[in-house]
Amino acid sequence: MLTAIIGKKIGMTRIVLENGEMVGVTAIEAGPCFVTQVKDMDKDGYQAVQLGFGQAKRLNASQKGHLKDINEVRHLHEFRDVDVMSVKRGDKVDVGFLNPGDFVNVSGLSKGRGFAGVVKRYHFAGGPKTHGQSDRHRAPGSIGATTSPGRVLKGKRMAGRMGGKKTTVRNVRVVKVDADRGLLLVEGSAPGARNGLLIIKKVRK
Amino acid sequence: MDIRELIKPKINPSIPQISPGDTVKVSLKILEGDKERIQRFQGMLIRVKKGVDGGSFTVRRVTYGIGVERTFSFQSPLIQSVEVLRRGKVRRAKLYYMRGLSAKQARPKERREKVTERAVQQEAAEAS
Repeated sequence: MLTAIIGKKIGMTRIVLENGEMVGVTAIEAGPCFVTQVKDMDKDGYQAVQLGFGQAKRLNASQKGHLKDINEVRHLHEFRDVDVMSVKRGDKVDVGFLNPGDFVNVSGLSKGRGFAGVVKRYHFAGGPKTHGQSDRHRAPGSIGATTSPGRVLKGKRMAGRMGGKKTTVRNVRVVKVDADRGLLLVEGSAPGARNGLLIIKKVRK
Repeated sequence: MDIRELIKPKINPSIPQISPGDTVKVSLKILEGDKERIQRFQGMLIRVKKGVDGGSFTVRRVTYGIGVERTFSFQSPLIQSVEVLRRGKVRRAKLYYMRGLSAKQARPKERREKVTERAVQQEAAEAS
């Protein structure tokens, strides 16, 4: 059975569990996905399952050819560390493989924060707010010594592009699974904005 | 897809219509090991928040000169009852200014003569 699925982040809320515990959860529209291709050793040199998700608005000719006789999916994603033998092209995959209490890894594209300074990007403390300071409030401070070594060390944390990268939240508890509606609730937050694409993989235990 | 339509909050039915300025008594179920008891918290409602999770409300009281505020979720299954002892007349939705007032200043709240929404609904139900 496949233990991975593609989903879309819906948003966050708070629910009460049966034992009275209140948890913050992220709702994910998980699946249904369709197996669009099974890659094998002979032909592709590696084993993988390609899943498709969502409804495409328009497809070009090569995409149409690739998805012939299958749903016109919007997103494709390849999974290598899954049970490749268990599926064939055209199969439908839903969240039924998950149960409340399972643990998953959730990956997605984090929110882009543009060109961010070191205070936001690396949690630097910035400079003093008072005592005659000017223009030093969010400055990074010294970036190195003088003549020796005479350069700025590689990897020095500085301002730059932040976010918009693939981010994975690991070992997230599954709170609720509704395979009919394709609804998945996981505890805590998930990367990215609402309506962002998420990859959900079950953690082997 | 909107989360508000997918996951409806399960509002605790024993919470009546309450609004900021009311003096309320909240009865809360407390679990201690395998024993259960009721704890009561009485004070003025200073905040009602709305949200996708059904919202929450905050009750403030002053005990031994120390202000204590507790926030309860409208979804909380632990709330046994919320008793409205007094309807206060206030002109703001969030009564944070109460924190700055002394006990004497905070006490004399005018009573509200306005019929509450709930009473109006009841009358409408009886009329039909």
